[in-house]
Amino acid sequence: MTGLEGWRRWALIAPPFVWLLVFFLLPLGVVAAISLSQSADTIPPYAPLFARGPNGLESSATLENYRVICQGCLRAYSNSLFYAALATALCLLVGYPIAFAIARAPRAWRNPLLFLVILPFWTSLLIRVYAWIAILQPTGLLNRALRALGVIDAPILLIYNDFAVVLGLVYAYLPFMILPLYGSLSQLDESLVEAATDLGARPARAFLDIVLPLSLPGIAAGALLVFIPAIGEFVIPDLLGGPRTLMVGKVLWQEFFDNVDWPAAAAVAMVLVAILTAPLLVAQRVIERARPS
Amino acid sequence: MAILDIVAATKRFGAVTAVDNVSLSVDAGELFALLGPSGCGKTTLLRLIAGFEQPDSGRILIDGSDVTPMPPYRRPVNMMFQSYALFPHLDVAGNIAFGLRQEGMERARRDARVAEMLALVQMSDYARRRPYELSGGQKQRVALARALAKMPKLLLLDEPLAALDRKLREETRLELIGIQERVGTSFLVVTHDQEEALGMASRIAVMNHGRVAQLGSSAEIYERPNSRFVADFVGAVNLFDGTLVAGFNSLALAVPGIDTPVPLPETADLPEGSAVALAVRPEKLRLTATRPKGPAVAATVVSINYQGGVSIVHLTAASGQALKAQMASASAAAYRRGDKLWASWDAGDAVVITR
Repeated sequence: MTGLEGWRRWALIAPPFVWLLVFFLLPLGVVAAISLSQSADTIPPYAPLFARGPNGLESSATLENYRVICQGCLRAYSNSLFYAALATALCLLVGYPIAFAIARAPRAWRNPLLFLVILPFWTSLLIRVYAWIAILQPTGLLNRALRALGVIDAPILLIYNDFAVVLGLVYAYLPFMILPLYGSLSQLDESLVEAATDLGARPARAFLDIVLPLSLPGIAAGALLVFIPAIGEFVIPDLLGGPRTLMVGKVLWQEFFDNVDWPAAAAVAMVLVAILTAPLLVAQRVIERARPS
Repeated sequence: MAILDIVAATKRFGAVTAVDNVSLSVDAGELFALLGPSGCGKTTLLRLIAGFEQPDSGRILIDGSDVTPMPPYRRPVNMMFQSYALFPHLDVAGNIAFGLRQEGMERARRDARVAEMLALVQMSDYARRRPYELSGGQKQRVALARALAKMPKLLLLDEPLAALDRKLREETRLELIGIQERVGTSFLVVTHDQEEALGMASRIAVMNHGRVAQLGSSAEIYERPNSRFVADFVGAVNLFDGTLVAGFNSLALAVPGIDTPVPLPETADLPEGSAVALAVRPEKLRLTATRPKGPAVAATVVSINYQGGVSIVHLTAASGQALKAQMASASAAAYRRGDKLWASWDAGDAVVITR
């Protein structure tokens, strides 16, 4: 192989690698470096990792930020994990029947139905969350409707609590669950279900033994697409949650903007990235195992 | 003793009548074929028997009991799907065990049955393979084993050989017949391939437009087709259209392009003047250089299609009609394009087709 051909080969495969290097690996490295540095009253508000001191090049790298967040932010992490897991489970519970129904709908209906699923994306998430405030607040649509119907006497607290946060998360991320599930279910060969029924499986058994296992890649992809953004979500817990609703996204925001402690915020982000690698690897395995079929 | 009785079954999809008042019976231990072109309703009929579709009217009886209202999972029939429909997430043994598991058969008996089925289709070495690791022929065997594992009273096979290449198709056809004889289960095979039906089935129902056009043994269907459709669909045929005229002893057929009326091989109960056709199979058409006695058609050789052991000689009659004659390739080698010959046949080899 001549040098020119080798160079061309590299030119062909380089762009994605360059992209990842410049827009992912490099920023991640910067954040990692900041997370190891000390907070300072400078611009930017952290001390350089390496500085020329009396004894030559000196490092001021410290794990102090990680120690602080380990002590102070455990509840935020566990809350985030819990809310994200609960929202993912609810999205799966609500999304599976919807995806199943769309996949089994007459062919001409499928695209309009899918269009309805993604229609909310045409409005900004912020506006949609504000709409939920209008619905859920004590003088909001839901409370007024319930009072008018005589179900309740006094307004009930529907907003600024954990319920509203989970509701908001499920609402916002449901399409990310439905779309990969639909992809999985619409590819499922109907004759497999018929074969199962023919071999004596009642409809429920055919679903559990055939449809469910074959839609696992869709479940894994959907769960990942909901869980990962939900765990770092900031807007929804900030607007719908109460003062006691503590999530990682909010901690990050506070450290970064309110406390102007970039190193602490960077450490929070790094730990979040580390936590998210685990479900990614699990989902990757599920999808990989199902691939050859 | 009939294992399957279909009584006046009709199934409509919107304006289309897929199965139109069909009645037929399959005997115990029989290999029965439903033969017809695509869209003739044969697959719908199969799905009615399996229970995937409900007939609009009529009844389906299996082993004497009415299964018409029964869902597929209660019917004592199993189906081998055209696509095989093997479960991709289960291995070969898991696929075969699936139906037995639904019955709640205990582990030891189930394993024994799976092993027995694997041996039956000679796939014992492949028990732990997944479907995607199998060739087309192997998938076909697994599908057969899975469908037979529950010992159904009737096995439905939807185009069982269609997905295989030609050579494998012939081997597999013989194997299917062998397995059917060994297990003794009644097989109902749906096919669009007349060779497949003739080579496998003891009896054939030829279907067209949702109806049974003719039902009979393979030989009856081929030698005595009852209609233009059956004659044409099952094998190649030369059809001579003509009019019934008074003949020597009985009625004869006046065919344009044949100067003498053709004596009919059988007495037809039709009035003089009726339009009928005479069907002569290509292998019954005899070519001679000189004019033979009796009815004969003058024809010119157009081409000779060599097919190995046999050849098809394509001719054009003086009337412009295309004719085919099939013979041993050694005999066909004597002819050249442009040869002017006489085509004739034995009176007993021609079949009168009245509709």
